[in-house]
Amino acid sequence: MSTKLTKELLESLPDARGHFGDYGGRFVSETLMDSLVTLEREYHRLKDDPEFQEKFDKDLAHYVGRPSPLYFAERLTRETGGAQIWLKREDLNHTGAHKVNNTIGQALLASFLGKKRVIAETGAGQHGVATATVCARLGLECHVFMGSEDVQRQALNVYRMKLLGAEVHAVESGTRTLKDAMNEAMRDWVTNVDDTFYIIGTVAGPHPYPLLVRDFQAVIGREARAQSLTQAGKLPDALVACVGGGSNAIGLFYPFLTDESVAMYGVEAGGFGLETGQHAAPLCAGRPGVLHGNRTYLMEDENGQISATHSVSAGLDYPGVGPEHSWLKDVGRANYVSVTDEEALDGFRQLTRVEGIMPALESSHAVAYGTKLAAGMDKDQVVIINISGRGDKDIHTIANLDGIEI
Amino acid sequence: MSRIEGVLNNLKGQGRKALIPYITAGDPSPALTVDLMHTLVEAGADIIELGVPFSDPMADGPVIQLACERALVHGTSLKQVIDMVREFRTRDDATPVVLMGYLNPVEAMGYEAFADAAADAGIDGVLTVDLPPEEAVDVAPLFAARSLDPIFLLAPTTTDERIRAISEHSSGYVYYVSIKGVTGSASINVEEVAAKVQHIHELTALPVGVGFGIRDAETAAAVGQVSDGVIVGSVLVDTIARNQTDPEQLKRALTDLLQPMRNALDNLTS
Repeated sequence: MSTKLTKELLESLPDARGHFGDYGGRFVSETLMDSLVTLEREYHRLKDDPEFQEKFDKDLAHYVGRPSPLYFAERLTRETGGAQIWLKREDLNHTGAHKVNNTIGQALLASFLGKKRVIAETGAGQHGVATATVCARLGLECHVFMGSEDVQRQALNVYRMKLLGAEVHAVESGTRTLKDAMNEAMRDWVTNVDDTFYIIGTVAGPHPYPLLVRDFQAVIGREARAQSLTQAGKLPDALVACVGGGSNAIGLFYPFLTDESVAMYGVEAGGFGLETGQHAAPLCAGRPGVLHGNRTYLMEDENGQISATHSVSAGLDYPGVGPEHSWLKDVGRANYVSVTDEEALDGFRQLTRVEGIMPALESSHAVAYGTKLAAGMDKDQVVIINISGRGDKDIHTIANLDGIEI
Repeated sequence: MSRIEGVLNNLKGQGRKALIPYITAGDPSPALTVDLMHTLVEAGADIIELGVPFSDPMADGPVIQLACERALVHGTSLKQVIDMVREFRTRDDATPVVLMGYLNPVEAMGYEAFADAAADAGIDGVLTVDLPPEEAVDVAPLFAARSLDPIFLLAPTTTDERIRAISEHSSGYVYYVSIKGVTGSASINVEEVAAKVQHIHELTALPVGVGFGIRDAETAAAVGQVSDGVIVGSVLVDTIARNQTDPEQLKRALTDLLQPMRNALDNLTS
């Protein structure tokens, strides 16, 4: 049962308390409340400020290299034998992923607020690299928190961050992955709240983060919509994007939400399979709860303790998801599905082999589901798959799985 | 009058300050928690804050993070913590108990089921670190109907407008977090705390407990001088960590830590 989403309804969300229906909100300890209230107020002021917007647009064009192409994957389409498959090439952005759209926006906010010290959490390291990059450019002190297991899995990105001048803090608590990195970033923020700006990398966290990250990432969908009309001659029939926290997916989906004919698929990390419990698919197999400042679908046990997650892709290895996705699931506007590690790896190999494009393991989840979806659709239909990042960072992981030492 | 209000009124009448120790339930093992609670009372506790372990304690430093991990190894659940208080009440129906923790275990149990079980077990107050009053609109009436005191935090960054609003949603006492940071981190600046607590007293009639950074009789006395009560957590939990294999020695160590704080607080007024 899908609710028709009007422009008015969408503009009313999140509400004044940061809620998307039952989800979102601001569940943090009191020390952070004043900073969040200030950030919300300043963001609402700056988002309509011509000077701020001009700077943001200019950076996206000349530093990130936008617009990113919408590429018709002809051989992949032929091999799949169904709908036309088009790829939104966020992997071609400076730093190699969509993450930089948001870090540019938030770092601009930090400078407008006069904060000199920036912290960030990272899973795969793409958000950490994107944050370290903009901090290098703006001369801001940068600290990145990363679970020690991810430090191992993503050694290349750790070194990139260090070269960019960031201090990388390996987090040893909990499950030593993205959720623990976020806990540690929150702890740092509470301690250094006066001079520190926290650049959250996804559409989760306390209000106003889900709102401002979505706004900064929505450039993906705005471009894709215009490009599809021009290049494919019509709106797409389906959008496909991977969902960890969900920032690349919301960025692609948001500008299409009122286009009723456009179906949307968010692809979660199925890990070893939903039936094994070892996955990172809260929308497919979790239930609502509160973590990291917002109410949303979570992976948790019957006592409300957060579960350990598993995904071959560090960037999707997170037990929560952005609250707007939880809402889109409940109102039936977007579909949330999952693919396993193995299917994602097949997607990686196929796109590399037939198009010469090496997607990140995160994006490979979207490739795997997108081709499956396209196979069952008509030849005149259009599917857009978001290639949220490039796969260079994952070469070691894939070589390891192949038993090859690099 | 709630048990918390009664105890704090009494102390005020005697010109004394409340000593409020915190321990994490289930640490070092669930079987020991009720015993340790009685030990705290015998050593001079006026109110006990009992921590509900959570997998992701975002506002806590390493000491309490590790306590949560130790408790969760034994599978300590919110339901079990409530049962511990029920057992504690069979021998002590005077000392107020405040549950302190994070929201998700309460959400998982369900607000109404939690409020019923907590009131039935003899719990007096609930402090949920990641639940500011703005998000407590659904749960507040359930607590009020069962005379559970909602305890909220005030921080050095809290504006006057918020101090007033938060106090209006609180009963029992308000908990002033003395430093910007996580539990067990920096040492406190007593002069700053004194100024802020005095200011809070001008904005609310509720008693003010001060926590974070109190580690010995000296800091307890300094903070007791300017507040209505002191909350002691990480230093106790660290003592538990260091004596987890020997329960008798652990009880002695907790007593040796709390009694001098009790004496120092009581000597303030003599």
